[in-house]
Amino acid sequence: MVERLTSGRRFVWKTSTWISACAGMTTDWFVGVLACFFSIGLLQPAHAVTVLDDRQQKVQIVQAPQRIVSLLPSLTETVCALKQCDKLVGLDRYSNWPESVKSVPRVGGGLDPNIESIVALKPDLVLAAGSTRGADRLQALGLNVLRLEPRNHADAQRVWSTVAQALHVHVADSDRVWHGIQAGVQAAVQSLSPAARQQRVYFEVSPAPYGASESSFMGETLTRMGVANILPASMGPFPQVNPEWVVQARPDVIMAGDSSRASMLQRPGWSRLRAMQGQRLCVFKQGDSDMLVRAGPRMAEGAQLMADCLNRAAAQAETGAQR
Amino acid sequence: MNANSHAPRWALLLLALGLAVVVLGTAAGSQGWQAWWSAGADAVSRQIVWDIRLPRSLGAWLGGALLGLAGAVAQGLFRNPLADPYLLGSASGASLGVGVYLSLWGGSAWAMNAWLGLSLTGAAFVGAVLAVVLTLLLARGVQQTLRLLLAGVVVGVVLGAVTSLISLLQPQVLQAMQGFMLGSTAFVSWSACATMVVVLALCLALAWVFARVLDALSLGEATAQSLGVPLPQARMALVGVISLATGAAVAHIGLVAFVGLAAPHLVRSLVRCTHAWRLLLSALMGGALLVLADVVARVLLAPQELPVGVLTAVLGGGYLLWRVYRDADTGVRS
Repeated sequence: MVERLTSGRRFVWKTSTWISACAGMTTDWFVGVLACFFSIGLLQPAHAVTVLDDRQQKVQIVQAPQRIVSLLPSLTETVCALKQCDKLVGLDRYSNWPESVKSVPRVGGGLDPNIESIVALKPDLVLAAGSTRGADRLQALGLNVLRLEPRNHADAQRVWSTVAQALHVHVADSDRVWHGIQAGVQAAVQSLSPAARQQRVYFEVSPAPYGASESSFMGETLTRMGVANILPASMGPFPQVNPEWVVQARPDVIMAGDSSRASMLQRPGWSRLRAMQGQRLCVFKQGDSDMLVRAGPRMAEGAQLMADCLNRAAAQAETGAQR
Repeated sequence: MNANSHAPRWALLLLALGLAVVVLGTAAGSQGWQAWWSAGADAVSRQIVWDIRLPRSLGAWLGGALLGLAGAVAQGLFRNPLADPYLLGSASGASLGVGVYLSLWGGSAWAMNAWLGLSLTGAAFVGAVLAVVLTLLLARGVQQTLRLLLAGVVVGVVLGAVTSLISLLQPQVLQAMQGFMLGSTAFVSWSACATMVVVLALCLALAWVFARVLDALSLGEATAQSLGVPLPQARMALVGVISLATGAAVAHIGLVAFVGLAAPHLVRSLVRCTHAWRLLLSALMGGALLVLADVVARVLLAPQELPVGVLTAVLGGGYLLWRVYRDADTGVRS
């Protein structure tokens, strides 16, 4: 055992190995002590980590994963924010951040993951959303599948620490990055002018129209800013709203994706809405929308986008009042 | 007997074709064509061929066979060439089952409860069978074919509306539901194949027993009654076959359009025979059609994969349209 540790570079990262190396050092104790220190000091002894997934199932990860497949953009971003981007070997087709993941092979989407391609990549960890189809099948084929789907701020924190644990990232490191992200969100909150804080917002996620209520991820960001949402939490995270309701609720600001703008103007009564005038209507490009809706490590940038929008809207209201 | 003379030959041919395509399917992978003998002998390649490609190809064949059989039985029972396996509400019932399951236990630990033993597949199957039972209740039994058809349509529409309502109230199930609606064989496992084999054998045996009743029915209901066939029992058994076969297929491969409709039509245009043979041939034809479509769906856009339901809908729709126009033309000429 000592020989194995000192002669070759075939270190076996198992607790049992260095224990036996340390126990077997009677024969050649000097080498033994060296090897023992070496293995404790330089090789962080691998310890199996057990984490809970979204279904409260235990998932055991024996070693730090070296080949990761991620099937949800926010999980991809989390892995990269934990500086483990180089471990990604396969991604769903919607993962598009950071820039460096664009060259990683694609293995379908959450609805139609390509089971065969995923197995062929020989991943030691598959990160999937709770709703990912075929996750059971992947598990049955012997892959280690961790199901996580962040839907709000609390989820985002839980998913962050779960992924960090699963990837064997030091708690101190992952906490430091997380605190940085939270400080960013806080900075965005503080950048709001008092007038901007007084506004009421309607956030549209898709032109059906579905809105984001107080209990959605974006809604929680708005709540953290102290801004009122015209859709209460009791309506569920993403209620389908009657366009008339929005007209009656008279929001001060509307935030929406690119796809909503055209249909908004055609809705009866909307063109006269105060929130549809000038800077009060914030239309986010696809890339920015991705950032806003993904409950992942880019939440600070997302919050800043919203804050900028609210500040612009408030500034316009002020100049309007002065005239 | 003379009418059946070509049937056994066709049966052998279709069976051989189906099995050949199943074997071909083991060479159709995520990177296009990749022969299994050159894939290498490592564990992962073996797993890909034996635990992914083979069960899904076989599953496509079995699912297609179930749908083909159900379609042939439906067309014979309702004496309507437009009848398809989903006629009695199975499809919307299965969707509703999936919707209810996802909204109730979508993300919770309940979903994994072993004693519940009711996964997504189980929910779809139960939904499909319950929908047919509901149709039977509304039609007050199987005595009147027209009433049964109408009840099936009503059940289909109403259950569809309930499913829409569920997905409206809980948009988070929408995505998973949509995945189910796009039929796909990508997630078929060996245990799913085993279930489908058992159901197919059972349904074929039942259908074979009552095939003579379908022959008698093709002469008209009154004639069939005067011939003294056990009509009520036969109807009940054959409705059971339709619901069981469709439920099993839908539960494992989702909603795959047109295979159940097109397979019996193809068989009718190829060979004239009694129902006993027609049912068997339709099953074999359905299997061959679906596994063929599945292989094409896999290699057409590789490494992307087309959901097979999309492909069968396009191909099947095209085929049916062609048949209709051809029949109309020959009708004018004759």
